[in-house]
Amino acid sequence: MVRLSARDQEMLDGVHGGGPQFAMSILVRMADLYGASELMDISQAHIDSTIYLGDATLEFAERLAGLGARVAVPTSLNVSGVDECGWKEWSVSPEWAAKAARQMLAYERMGAAPTWTCAPYQTRMRPFFGQQIAWGESNAIAFANSVIGARTERYPDLLDICCAITGRVPAVGLHLVEHRAGQMLLRLIDIPAALQRDDQFFAVLGHLVGKLAGDRIPVIDGIVVSPAEDHLKAMSAAVASSGRVALFHIVGVTPEAPTLDAAFHGRTPEQTIDIRIADLREARRELTTADGRELDMVILGSPHFSLAEFSVLAPLVAGRAKHSRVKFLITSGRFMKEQAEQSGVLAPILAFGAQITLDTCILASPMLPPEIRLLMTNSAKYAYYAPSLLNTRVTFGSLADCVESAVEGCVVRDESLWQ
Amino acid sequence: MAVITARPIVAGDAEGVALVSDDAISFWGGYDFKTGTIIDVHHSLNGVSAAGRILAVPFSKGSSTTTAVLLEAVRAGTAPAAILTTGVDSFFALASIVAGMMYGTAFPVLALEPADFGHLSTGMRLTITADGRIRESHGDPR
Repeated sequence: MVRLSARDQEMLDGVHGGGPQFAMSILVRMADLYGASELMDISQAHIDSTIYLGDATLEFAERLAGLGARVAVPTSLNVSGVDECGWKEWSVSPEWAAKAARQMLAYERMGAAPTWTCAPYQTRMRPFFGQQIAWGESNAIAFANSVIGARTERYPDLLDICCAITGRVPAVGLHLVEHRAGQMLLRLIDIPAALQRDDQFFAVLGHLVGKLAGDRIPVIDGIVVSPAEDHLKAMSAAVASSGRVALFHIVGVTPEAPTLDAAFHGRTPEQTIDIRIADLREARRELTTADGRELDMVILGSPHFSLAEFSVLAPLVAGRAKHSRVKFLITSGRFMKEQAEQSGVLAPILAFGAQITLDTCILASPMLPPEIRLLMTNSAKYAYYAPSLLNTRVTFGSLADCVESAVEGCVVRDESLWQ
Repeated sequence: MAVITARPIVAGDAEGVALVSDDAISFWGGYDFKTGTIIDVHHSLNGVSAAGRILAVPFSKGSSTTTAVLLEAVRAGTAPAAILTTGVDSFFALASIVAGMMYGTAFPVLALEPADFGHLSTGMRLTITADGRIRESHGDPR
């Protein structure tokens, strides 16, 4: 049984009100099944429970808010189920919009910051190296642990908010340095720098690594380029879609892997797998589930599009117009769109014919009309989930491929680096 | 199949027909809670209904929203009757615990040794008891 502090026990006994009591009773049961001997403090949380699915998620949120629960630490909120300002332009039903908005309100009432993004690490709520946090959202968990070196377990919906309300987590797993060592070695063999610089590379690598890693912590050796943050973001989303990776190390790139030895804490890998260019080609092929060149929509922004990504896209589309037959949608957060607007990079993107959906995405909000069946994206996460969740087929390509395809009105891909 | 003794992560009784896969699963993007059907196009059980079945998968993967989808499935009456994994899977256990608190309908979640997991196969009728024992049922199927 987990040993509780006096304050933990008070919460469990209801001394601090019904909200903390409800949250602590869940947390204590989880601590016991994790095998935790005690709880520990966190100083930040990110809540994935915001995603409205149906009556159960709404009832859970309103139950907590109704009990007067308040978050005890600075807390950001993940995507919601609706773009409050833009949903009427899409196929969202008024009932869905109303209930998703009620769920948003419940989490705001608990005192969380209305960030409404799946890339909270690109807001002012970004955690720091070594910070103990409780994060939900699989891509954000992988990014926070791997790229920043903050410490979070893989928190599921319904538990993340309990951690935020109590300010406590079971002292287990990735919160503890000794459990952050790499377990398997993935060696890149003869992967040219030109390919590593391609903007699809890290998403494709992530898709492959997620499948190979299973429930182990992978260490990737052989990266010779300095990846942009958004490439590591794409990789984080990919490894946590095809797999359950909550922490990966890249030797010479991520903060806990200055050397191979450091990544493994001096231990020997349980397993070593070589990754060759043929494996990456196959992984890239898997991300494309469409055949043929027909195209209904280009979709960008899973995880949510960043200011840097808006800035890369702007010159690609400036002075051009997308084909009238194809939609071009970018999903992002309200904070990021504001910045893109202020820095001037949004205007050419809107002039191109792009639409922006805020605070949610096509996977979390039932917004796509049924006639949209064929998508193109540079996101491995969209490519992975859209066929199952939306009954669509997807072509995966680079950002430039997505733009060229939108202009042509059909799929165009530059295959030169991948053949 | 000999009787398997598993670790009850969330203890309880259940009976049903086993649905077994070596593929990990994300319920978000993998389970339609309105029907109880597995909808992950990458999964070996794609298209199969798991409602009321005893679902055996090695572990959960992917989205954090797996727990919320499973809670919706419990509320909608489309959840598996029990979930068996190798090792402790906190996602499935959490969904069951919260379902118990919200709706009084927790379902058993059991952790098996990998070798025992290997003895399960789809179509077996299984009985699970709160002590963590898993037996093949005999007599009249319900």
